[in-house]
Amino acid sequence: MAFQRILFTGVGGQGTLLASRLLGEAVMEEGLPVRVSEVHGMAQRGGVVESTVILGGLEGPIISNGEADILVSFEPLETLRALPKCHEDSWIISNIIPIQTLTVRLGQAEYPDPDRWIDFIKQHFKNTVAFDAESLAKEAGITRAVNIVLLGALAGCGTVPASPERLKRAIKKRIKPEFVEANLKAFELGLAQVSR
Amino acid sequence: MHPLLTDDPGKNMLLLGNEAIVRGALEAGLAVAAAYPGTPSSEIGNNLFQLTKEPEAHLYFEFSTNEKVAMEVAAAASAAGLRSLTCMKHVGMNVASDVLITLAYIGTKGGMVIITADDPSMHSSQNEQDNRYYAKLANLPMLEPSGPQEARDMTKAAFELSEELELPVIIRTTTRTSHVRGPVELGPLPARKQVVGNFERAPGRWVPVPGVARVRHKVLLEQMEKAQKKAESSVFNRIGGSGKTGIVASGVASCYVHDTIMELGCENQVSFLRLGFTYPQPRELLSEFLRSVDKILVVEELESFQEDALKALANELKINVPILGKASGHFSRLYEFDPAMVKNAIADILGYKVQRPKTPDLSRLPKLPMRPPSLCPGCPHRETYNAVKKALDLLGYTPKTIYPTDIGCYTLGLLPPIQMADYLICMGSSVGTSAGFSVATDQKIVSFIGDSTFFHSGISSLVNAVHNEHNFCLVVLDNSTTAMTGHQPNPGIKLRPPGYEKPRVPIEDVVRACGVKVVRKVNPYKKKATIEIFKEVLTNDKLSVVIAEAPCILYYRRVGGKK
Repeated sequence: MAFQRILFTGVGGQGTLLASRLLGEAVMEEGLPVRVSEVHGMAQRGGVVESTVILGGLEGPIISNGEADILVSFEPLETLRALPKCHEDSWIISNIIPIQTLTVRLGQAEYPDPDRWIDFIKQHFKNTVAFDAESLAKEAGITRAVNIVLLGALAGCGTVPASPERLKRAIKKRIKPEFVEANLKAFELGLAQVSR
Repeated sequence: MHPLLTDDPGKNMLLLGNEAIVRGALEAGLAVAAAYPGTPSSEIGNNLFQLTKEPEAHLYFEFSTNEKVAMEVAAAASAAGLRSLTCMKHVGMNVASDVLITLAYIGTKGGMVIITADDPSMHSSQNEQDNRYYAKLANLPMLEPSGPQEARDMTKAAFELSEELELPVIIRTTTRTSHVRGPVELGPLPARKQVVGNFERAPGRWVPVPGVARVRHKVLLEQMEKAQKKAESSVFNRIGGSGKTGIVASGVASCYVHDTIMELGCENQVSFLRLGFTYPQPRELLSEFLRSVDKILVVEELESFQEDALKALANELKINVPILGKASGHFSRLYEFDPAMVKNAIADILGYKVQRPKTPDLSRLPKLPMRPPSLCPGCPHRETYNAVKKALDLLGYTPKTIYPTDIGCYTLGLLPPIQMADYLICMGSSVGTSAGFSVATDQKIVSFIGDSTFFHSGISSLVNAVHNEHNFCLVVLDNSTTAMTGHQPNPGIKLRPPGYEKPRVPIEDVVRACGVKVVRKVNPYKKKATIEIFKEVLTNDKLSVVIAEAPCILYYRRVGGKK
């Protein structure tokens, strides 16, 4: 099994940690080695929340610049911020709906134009999948499931060693029963975003 | 049932390092645990707290008022023959160190494990002290896991080791070992039944008056000699690979070394000594290793703990092998490592050229707006800060006011637009440093402390302020929980987790009992009334305490607003 380093990034409250954990559980159920790192502490207070999933028997839980094989980003500004972690063959899976920052709201900074910079990413990273994950989550009936939509898209790329079925089983196991159906739909909608 | 009580030996669970520690402790028959929360150790206490709700866990756990108290609770339980545990973040060990160092002398009976979680890079801390030095200072055995499976294995082993040596055993994690998930193979849970400890009086053992302490210090040194023999043959210290270049590493740094060896495919060029039982140093094992290689690279985060010990040993044994690491400039004493840093250093000493992945030119990227953490929308602390600022503005004091602050969510008052945090050292420092500023300046002083921090270490400084006639206004931001670390209870809380029946100690009663004459309570959401009260106490040139009482909104929502 190949070495693989996956970076998840988003804003506190978007469910970054849950997405990486679900992937971790699915990979473990495949009987493969996996490490998932989380940074806690500031998560609920609007800061950036990063997590990683490390595969192939690697043990180091963090990712150096240029070494993320896949970036799963829940927010376009955070996608830009994480680009230095990627290399030219990295998969970039990104939501395109911005979450404003406090500094932008206070007029102290400018939010980069999402359309322009998504184009920039596509020009520089050939494996870019950028789409409105929020609308798909709404379509699935659970606005909060942006994380599960993106997890679906990640499964669609076919590079992670956990089958969509395994991932769906992890969702069923980990998510409250009343939300499972909507989350599974969110997963399918994400999966369909990536045509292989 | 709590997932950590899963009784299915051989099953793999994806556990956080901190959860794996709890699982290891349960497998070892933990009976009594106590802690004060602090990132990155918090999930240990949180899980133990949840486990107390499970009758089959037969576990006593408490959130104590601070780390010193928690360590004392665990120490006494151990003296009564029970297996006990305490956990804390690295700076918590400073608070508990008074206990730690003498506890090493009197020793323990039931296995006792002390977990310190360090925070290299200061993800959520005020310093990045290297707590391995506490093992050396107190002269106690220390284990350092590098991942979740080891965290479980070492915790279980630490209880055995502690009981054998009659010494507490330190487990030192870092953020990257506490907060990493990985598959952990479960071992069997012991048949659990309620255990009652029994303390046998032995003043010559447990009461370290000078005559006893002199005897006990000698015992400690003897026990640590036995500990060293254990370290020599410990399964947690192991050598892999074969080659004339030696690498010694511990903790998460050893993961980066492991990965480098796999990625560079240099197993035949390097001998890798992975240390897990890190104090006392296994001198025999290290000597053999020193003799078997041409040079050694020591890979460890923060201070040169192992590097210095290796150099001293090499010097003593007259082994002339270059020992590289911090002093040679291969690594820094600052911050946590990352994989590329370690890879480059190893490649450098092997004379390899590292193939860096090709990266696109990103120089055109604009300056990106930062996303600093901030107080939540609707947070009561924000209202209190605004009211204080308004009152000071109205009184004309604002330009000369000093705002000593403390540790909690409200430290975020440092950032714009609030900017009312001027001086901070440690838990409880708002009160003591207000006293100092009141002696040293004629400036107005308004200091801020949270409810949990007040109980942790604000009270004795407040008594000091009354007695020595210091003059400042202390604002207790009472949000009825320990919010920053994930909503743990404290003695003052009105808003209670379900089933939490412990007696309440109201902050107002404590403040009055400390002898403070001017005590006011405000609801910060009532803006006008709050401003008026601050105007009143700030006009009055006396020591005053204003308790701003309103629950943390996140916590209020979570417990369904039930009081």
